[in-house]
Amino acid sequence: MTTITKQPDPGLAAGAPRKSRKRGKPSDGFRGIGDLKVALFFIAPAMVGLILFYLVPTIRGIYLSFTEYSILGDPEWIGTRNYERIAKDPLFWNALGVTTEYVIINIVLQTALALGLAILMHRVAKSTLIRGALLMPYLMANVIAALLWFWMLDYQIGIINQIIEWTGLPRVAFFGSEQWAIPTQALINTWRHMGYTALLIFAGLQAIPNSVYEAASIDGSKAVSTFWRITLPLLRPVLVLVLVVTVIGSFQVFDTVAVTTAGGPVNATRVLQFYIYQRAFNEQDFGYGSALAVILFLILAIVAFIQMKFLRGNQSDLD
Amino acid sequence: MTTLASTKNGSRRGPLRRPFNWRRAIALTLLTLAVAVSILPFYWVLRTALSSNGSLAANSANLLPADFNLGAFKRVFGLQSASEAIAEGGSGASINFWQYLWNSLVFSGITTACAVFFSSMAAYAFSRLRWKGRDAVFSLFLATMLVPPIFTALPNFLLIKNLGLLNSMLGLVLPYLFMTPFAIFFMRQFFLNMSREVEEAAMLDGAKHWRIFFQIIMPNAAAPIATLALLTFMGQWNEYFWPLLVGTSEESRVLTVGLGVFKSQSPQGAPDWSGLMAATLVSATPVLILFAIFGKRIVNSIGFNGTK
Repeated sequence: MTTITKQPDPGLAAGAPRKSRKRGKPSDGFRGIGDLKVALFFIAPAMVGLILFYLVPTIRGIYLSFTEYSILGDPEWIGTRNYERIAKDPLFWNALGVTTEYVIINIVLQTALALGLAILMHRVAKSTLIRGALLMPYLMANVIAALLWFWMLDYQIGIINQIIEWTGLPRVAFFGSEQWAIPTQALINTWRHMGYTALLIFAGLQAIPNSVYEAASIDGSKAVSTFWRITLPLLRPVLVLVLVVTVIGSFQVFDTVAVTTAGGPVNATRVLQFYIYQRAFNEQDFGYGSALAVILFLILAIVAFIQMKFLRGNQSDLD
Repeated sequence: MTTLASTKNGSRRGPLRRPFNWRRAIALTLLTLAVAVSILPFYWVLRTALSSNGSLAANSANLLPADFNLGAFKRVFGLQSASEAIAEGGSGASINFWQYLWNSLVFSGITTACAVFFSSMAAYAFSRLRWKGRDAVFSLFLATMLVPPIFTALPNFLLIKNLGLLNSMLGLVLPYLFMTPFAIFFMRQFFLNMSREVEEAAMLDGAKHWRIFFQIIMPNAAAPIATLALLTFMGQWNEYFWPLLVGTSEESRVLTVGLGVFKSQSPQGAPDWSGLMAATLVSATPVLILFAIFGKRIVNSIGFNGTK
C-alpha cells in the first residue's frame, strides 16, 4: 500500500531564511518551542481520536483480558485465568489452525498469481483499462465478494459446479464440506485481492530503472536468469510489503466467513476473529474475547516483526 | 473490450517485426483470462438479478437472464407485498434497501469528510510546522496502523454502549471521525513535497497559519485530497465489522450489514438468489459509479509510495 521513504524536510530546508527572519522580527513567536502552540491547534482533533479510540481502548483491552466481564455489572479481576483457559481451549487451537491454513493458501496463491500478472502487465500491456478491470474486485466489499461467490459456487445450481460437471468431474460442496470450506474462503479472498496485489508489484516493477536491464542484456543475461537474479531481488521491498499486508489482512478474516459459513461446517471455518466475535458478543464473555484479541494482536506483531527483520523489507537495493 | 485492444496491439507489432510472437500471444491470453475472472462474475450477478428466482434452477447455465423480470429489485426496495415476495421465492420479511443505501451514504460521507479534513490538519502540523516532539508524536500515530481493528473494537463497543449511542448514526461514525493514521501519513507525504516559497511569502505578509492552511496549502493539495477522499469513502462503504456491532437498528443499518441480514432471512433450502444478487448489485453500484468516473485516479493511487 505504502512505503515510508525518507523525505527532505522543508522545515529544515528553510532553516536559513527562518533564522534571518528571527533576527529581523523577534516577535513572531517561533523561538524555543518552535510552532508548538499552532501545532497543538492543528493536531487537536486527530489527537482526540488517537487517545479516545486507539490509545485508551488498547489499554482497556489489555486490562479486560485479565478480567471476567459479561457487559452487565463490573469487570472482575481474575489474573491470568483467561490465558490459562485459552491454552486448554480446543476451539482456540482449532481456530488458530484453520486461520493459519487460510493465511498460507492466501500467501502462496495470491503472491504467485499477482507476481505473474504484474510481470505480464509490465511486459505486454500497461493500459489503465486492464489495470482498472483487475482492480474491480478489490473495490467491492468483502460481503459482496462473499455473496457473489456463494451464489456462483452453489452446490445445486451454481455456474461453477455446472462447468465442473461438464468437464466430467463430480460436483464440489465448496461451502458445505469441511475439507473445502477454508480453501474456498481463501479463493474468494484471492479473487478480491489478486489484482490489487498485482498493481502493487507492478508499481515496484516500474520503479526498476531500464538501465539495470540494459546492463544485464549487454552482459548476456538470459530472460529467466535476469528475472531470478535481478528483477526478484530488486522487488524485495515491494514483495515484503505485499507479504506483510497479505498475512496481517488474512489473519483478520471475518466478513466472508460471517456471511457465508458462520464458522461451519462444524468448526471448519471458525477462524480466530470469528471465534473472538462469538465469545465476546454471542456469549457475552468479554474478558475471554479480549484475551483472545490480545493473542491475535501478539501473533500479528510477531509475524510483522519477523518479516521486516529477516526479509529486510525496509531497505531497498536500488539506492 | 480488452481482447479487442490486445489483438490490435498484437497485429500491429507482429507482422511488421517478426512473423508471430508466441510468447506475447500466450502472455496476452493469460492476461485476458485474468481480466475475465475479475469482471465476468459481475455480469453473472446482473444476469441473476434480472432473472425470476423460480426459473434459475431450470436454467442454471443459461447465459441470459432466466425469465427476465424486475421482481428481485422490487423485493430489495420493499416494493412487493409479503405474499408477492414469498410467491417469487423471497422471505417476505420487510427489507428496505433505500434506507440502508441512505445510511451507508451518511456513514461514509460524514466519516470521509471529517477524517480527511482533520487528518489534513494534523498532517500540516507534522510537515510544515517545526515543534519539539513532532516526529515522536507522528510515530505514535503511525504505530496505530499496526493495531488490528478487532482489538480496539471490543473496548470501543463498550465506550459507545456506555455513552448510550448503540444503534445510532452518531455511535456508528464516532470512532472514524477524527482521523485515520493512513490519511495523516498520506497527506503528510504531499505536504512535505510542496514548495515552501509561496508559504514564506505569505508569512512575511503576516498571514496566520490557519490562513496559510486554508488559502494556500489546501487549495494546492486538491488533487491528493480528492484521491484520499475517494479511497476513504470506498473503504468506509465496504466496512462491515464495526457496523455489525453498533448499527443493527433500521436507522443505523448500513448496506453491508443489510446484505448479511437479507442473506440470513432468505429461505434456507431454496435461497432467493435473484433477490440476493439484486441486493448485492445495489450495494455495489455507488462504488461502481465512482470507479467509472474516477477510475484512472483510483488505479494510479495504488502503489503510491509517497515519492510521486
